[in-house]
Amino acid sequence: MNDFSAMMILSSIIAAACPIIFAAIGETITEKSGVINLSLDGTILLSAMTAFVISYSTGSVFLGFFMASLVGGFVALIVVFFSIYLRVSQVAVGFVLTLTCRDLAYFIGNPYSRLLGPQVQPLPIPFLSDLPFIGTAFFSHNVVVYVCYIFFFFSWFYIEKTPMGHILKAVGEHPHAAYSRGIHPHRIQLIYGFVGGVFVGIAGASYSLFMKAGWGRPQGCEGIGWIALALVIFGGWNISRVVIGCYLFSFLQVMGIFFQQWFPTFPSPVFQVAPFPLMIFSLVIIHVSQNDKIREWSKDKNVILFFLNRFSHSAPAHLGKRFHV
Amino acid sequence: MIEIIDIHKHYGHVKANNGISMTIKDGSIHAILGENGAGKSTLMKILSGYIHQNSGLIKINDQIVDFSSTSVAATFGIGMLYQDPMDFPQLSVIDNFMIGQAKGIFIKKRTFLNRFYHLSQSLGFSLEPDCLVKTLTVGERQQLEILRLLSLGTQVLILDEPTTGISDLQKDTLFSALTRLTRDGKSIVLVSHKLEDVETLCDTITVLRQGRVSGHMVKPFDTNKLLDLMFETRSSPPGRLVTSQGPVFFSLNQVSAKGGRVGLKNLNLKIHQHDVIGLAGLEGSGQSVFLKVSSGLLPVQSGTICLDNKNIVGKSHVYFQNSGITYLPSSRLEEGLVPGLSITQHVSLSARPKPLIVNHKKALISSRDAIDTFHIKARPDSYVETLSGGNQQRLLLSLLPLKPRLLLLENPTRGLDLSSAYFVWNHLQAFCKTDHTSILFTSSEIDEIMMVSNRILVFYDGKVVLDKKTAETTIHEIGAAIAGKSVHL
Repeated sequence: MNDFSAMMILSSIIAAACPIIFAAIGETITEKSGVINLSLDGTILLSAMTAFVISYSTGSVFLGFFMASLVGGFVALIVVFFSIYLRVSQVAVGFVLTLTCRDLAYFIGNPYSRLLGPQVQPLPIPFLSDLPFIGTAFFSHNVVVYVCYIFFFFSWFYIEKTPMGHILKAVGEHPHAAYSRGIHPHRIQLIYGFVGGVFVGIAGASYSLFMKAGWGRPQGCEGIGWIALALVIFGGWNISRVVIGCYLFSFLQVMGIFFQQWFPTFPSPVFQVAPFPLMIFSLVIIHVSQNDKIREWSKDKNVILFFLNRFSHSAPAHLGKRFHV
Repeated sequence: MIEIIDIHKHYGHVKANNGISMTIKDGSIHAILGENGAGKSTLMKILSGYIHQNSGLIKINDQIVDFSSTSVAATFGIGMLYQDPMDFPQLSVIDNFMIGQAKGIFIKKRTFLNRFYHLSQSLGFSLEPDCLVKTLTVGERQQLEILRLLSLGTQVLILDEPTTGISDLQKDTLFSALTRLTRDGKSIVLVSHKLEDVETLCDTITVLRQGRVSGHMVKPFDTNKLLDLMFETRSSPPGRLVTSQGPVFFSLNQVSAKGGRVGLKNLNLKIHQHDVIGLAGLEGSGQSVFLKVSSGLLPVQSGTICLDNKNIVGKSHVYFQNSGITYLPSSRLEEGLVPGLSITQHVSLSARPKPLIVNHKKALISSRDAIDTFHIKARPDSYVETLSGGNQQRLLLSLLPLKPRLLLLENPTRGLDLSSAYFVWNHLQAFCKTDHTSILFTSSEIDEIMMVSNRILVFYDGKVVLDKKTAETTIHEIGAAIAGKSVHL
């Protein structure tokens, strides 16, 4: 493999991971507050459609992103609202919304199918993009990808290092205890449910406005919502590990394309589908690592124990449950 | 000075607080005494702003206050240590300490660490700030919570049943810390159902009964009068059961098992019919592993368990159950009952033999029976998580099979007041008299073991270090064995 193609691969991995990172971190934020928003797959489609239609009609890519994020936030708010005020199961509402949003997206978006709309333009960062190798890989993308870097760092910092992040975690872990400390769990869940949804909406817009630009049936982002949900579990509700998972998945996806070129004798669906079972496989490994017998066995094996500890984690204790005084 | 004036709080038909008035003086330790379900916790939750009263007033220094939330109460210097730990097990000690206190954009961890060390030193606590809270004992979690409340500027510290589930050593630390706090001018409100704790520590006692104040008392206290104030009718304490020892029917031979902190090491034991055996020892010395192994819940590593001279190692827990071996765990809501199901649903769940279709009418009738015979303060459609601890334990008792052969009970009276505990024991002993049942139970209170059991086993480091008739041993000998100083056996 020569330098050029390695650079290309790295560059595509970075770009392809960007919307997944937005969706997965958005969902992580929501789940940290104890709300599980299963509607991700539908939300991404609906916001992708919104972004395309808005920017096609107005010519403004920014407006497309803005409206898409509002749509994402709104769908998430429905889940939280039904859970808190109508006492309906979050899982049930999430599933129904997945299907509703998907069909709604294809129905409303139908007249806009296969049209050429505006796209986010590449914006290489001066000086940085001229750096050898990493310049092309990291700094020759569009502005959304750069925002993604900042967003990833900022959300990690917010959750781990600020008092507000602590409060968010507290509500997901033990809302009664949070309440006893003068925090209003419902308020927190509404806020972060919305915020998480906003980022899911941005993920959808990223697809229709540059990653898989355009609208049509099927849109290229179908199925990504489920992957994002799996990645949250993979990353153990920990921002940095979720991001690693996103890049890993993106790597598998991109490599699929290159493997196809390198091994033309292999049937191509193998490479397209491979990332999904591999994702399930890694989830199994993570689950197994929590098994008592495995822990017992690995007691004196330092290297294995190190990885087991890195991968073992638990969900926010109050995830998916309702809170009332 | 805090004045509570005519507080009412009801949940549906249940009147938890029915016109309570009392005064708490500055710089004193004030006890709220009463049996389970007397309305102590409800009153304290109102005082701390966690819930709001239906009617009534709270005055602090002659100024009427209205606590819409705990943070409002905190600004008036009122902080509460709840009965169930209100902390975040997945987070570290110092994070727990900071949540709700730290404001602003950046966490000033160093400032809080300093404050944390300073406070814990002054009270004689030793906690590691970077430990995860889930690795702490109940007593340590309590200490952390007290530190946090003090750091918030609490002047009136409310403690709800703080002595339940902590070791004697931790209790001493706690009590000396509380005394020190009153010397600094803080007031302590101690909620408890344990007479001895209250009598040693407190200056004033207010006794609650069925949501009303039944009396006040200042030091020195008259125990008999207090008991009269607490209970309408006092059930007589159960004595040791006097029956002839039956034949051996259950035995463990060289049993070893893993689990808990120390596991179980080469245990030999023969159990006769009509035995009531108390298991003593520090928490986690092998007693609960022993109970789980004997009930078929934990696998043995080696050795045999014989029921009627038949080896039953390797059989399922259901087989053990069907042979008449019943296990009652100590954490009622986690292992014993199903939160989210009503009493009637529990009754129909435990029906034997299982019908194909649930007979709701029959279940309703038998749950009414259970409520009557066991004095459970609830309705058939009450959810089990809404019951008080004592009522949950009574419900568990009512769900026991009709003729058990061996009852394995983990802390059967933990968290129960005196009359509930007596009730439980009177009921359990009836099993021994009529059905040849044997009982094995753990308890952290030696007094209880001495009172009801006729044989005592002391566990230390996964082994039985003392096995004697209760009549032939002394508290001193047992205490030494618990600490591992025994050379007997």
